Amino acid sequence: MKKTKTKKYIFSKGIDDYFTGVNNAWKFVTLFFKEVSKKPFHLREVIHQCFEIGLKSLPLITLTGFIVGIVFTKQSRPSLEDFGATSWLPSLIGIAIVRALGPLVTALICAGKVGSGIGAELGSMKVTEQIEAMEVSAINPFKYLVVTRVLATTITIPLLALYCSFFGLLGSFINVHAQETSSLLTYYQNAFSSISFLDIFASVAKSIAYGFTIGIVGSYKGYNATQGTRGVGKAANQAVVLSMFLIFVEELFFVQISNWIRYF
Amino acid sequence: METTQQHTIMKEEPVISIRGLHKTFGNLKVLKGIDFNLFKGENVAVLGKSGSGKSVLIKIIVGLLKPDKGDVFVLGKQVDKLDRAELDTLRLRIGFSFQNSALYDSMNVYQNLAFPLTMNVKNQSKKDIDDAVNEVLDAVGLKDKINQMPSDLSGGQRKRIGIARTLILKPEIMLYDEPTSGLDPITSAEIIELINEVQQKYNTSSVIITHDLTCAKNTGNRIAMLFGGKFIKDGKFEDVFESDEEHIKGFYNYNFIQ
Ligand SMILES: Nc1ncnc2c1ncn2[C@@H]1O[C@H](COP(=O)(O)OP(=O)(O)OP(=O)(O)O)[C@@H](O)[C@H]1O
Ligand SMILES: [Mg+2]
Repeated sequence: MKKTKTKKYIFSKGIDDYFTGVNNAWKFVTLFFKEVSKKPFHLREVIHQCFEIGLKSLPLITLTGFIVGIVFTKQSRPSLEDFGATSWLPSLIGIAIVRALGPLVTALICAGKVGSGIGAELGSMKVTEQIEAMEVSAINPFKYLVVTRVLATTITIPLLALYCSFFGLLGSFINVHAQETSSLLTYYQNAFSSISFLDIFASVAKSIAYGFTIGIVGSYKGYNATQGTRGVGKAANQAVVLSMFLIFVEELFFVQISNWIRYF
Repeated sequence: METTQQHTIMKEEPVISIRGLHKTFGNLKVLKGIDFNLFKGENVAVLGKSGSGKSVLIKIIVGLLKPDKGDVFVLGKQVDKLDRAELDTLRLRIGFSFQNSALYDSMNVYQNLAFPLTMNVKNQSKKDIDDAVNEVLDAVGLKDKINQMPSDLSGGQRKRIGIARTLILKPEIMLYDEPTSGLDPITSAEIIELINEVQQKYNTSSVIITHDLTCAKNTGNRIAMLFGGKFIKDGKFEDVFESDEEHIKGFYNYNFIQ
């Protein structure tokens, strides 16, 4: 028997592993862009995933959007009252919800619900060799499992964010209506008077980025799960933690960008 | 018992041919110079203890793992030199039955079986697919389970559905990874019978990986013994187990409680 060589590290094991991880994740993302434009498109599976993701998150998002609207209005009212400016409430809430709260709340809920679901599902397929089974049946599992899911989250989450914003405004209206008895129509007119096309556009644009992040992080963690059933739990967990972190980083980035555009 | 052994074997063209294969994971040398031939129409049982690299060997054959060194030819193609499309074409001709069945657990039995077909063969009518599914389900004797989910099947039934799923693409080579592990003797006997039926009905050449000597004896036209990263013995069951070598004896004694 020959002596076993000990492995050499460039820096240390931890640092090397970190950079290998980043490199692998980067390769995963570029593979997505390479595969997404190639046939077959598995359209039916994309639509199926959109329904899975969208319909399952709908009740939770309806409720959360509604509550966020009510709570935010309730909390803002006293400060505006101090200035006798409660009539500004609809426009203030409109801006807050459309620009920030709607997309962010939706993304965080979906990171928890959808991201962990994708991580767990692909993780369990990985550790029980179902992904290899696809591969030996001459089916490209990356296309069939990853590309379809990432497309589905990227399409669905912006729609959910708009939906969430709408219910947020509705919740806010309930609160406003209880105090000032304005009609729903005038409320929405007020709220939207301060919202520009840029706001809606930016809101959709960042939701697309959040959707992509949730899909790709969940898939990456699941697709690379190891160590049996323990690995599945770990994949689901890390999918949530990492995508939430990235969503906040992106939020910061988007605020900067949209402010530059706004005041340009 | 003896019927399949007498099956005449064409010794001319190897469908799988492996020369000097090495595979290492980190510091662990798993395969250290494998030479192996599988001839057309032949069933070879590969024996070896747990962790000896049996699964690694067949994963290299289908290109799930890459060899570090050596040549692996399957149906005349060098597996690790193929691009994705060529590899897929080759894989359609190979059936791979996984150690733990690897059924898609989000799909029912029908969908599991139809999936490889709908993904690989274009423009099929619903009836063609139904017929193909029914044919393989019939072959494995589980027609009544067509609408069950994999989680509702027993271990033996899952193995059979796994085999049926590989049969649906009419492979020329079958690779079975531990088809009888974890099964009771009666169910094992049924699986053994199924493997022999498949060989005759679909005219496949097979590699059967196992550490169950009953399975090896009754399915293999030939036995190959993997030990220490190499094949240390290759031949008819009786010839292999006439050997006085310790590792082989150990295997035999355990299985047949002398
Ligand atoms: N992807 C991998 N990465 C690292 N090590 C691996 C990998 N696959 C297998 N090994 C190692 O290679 C060795 C052989 O594994 P293999 O699964 O081929 O054993 P086996 O002969 O099939 O055993 P069993 O009868 O238990 O299934 C094991 O020590 C295993 O830990
Ligand atoms: Mg094995």
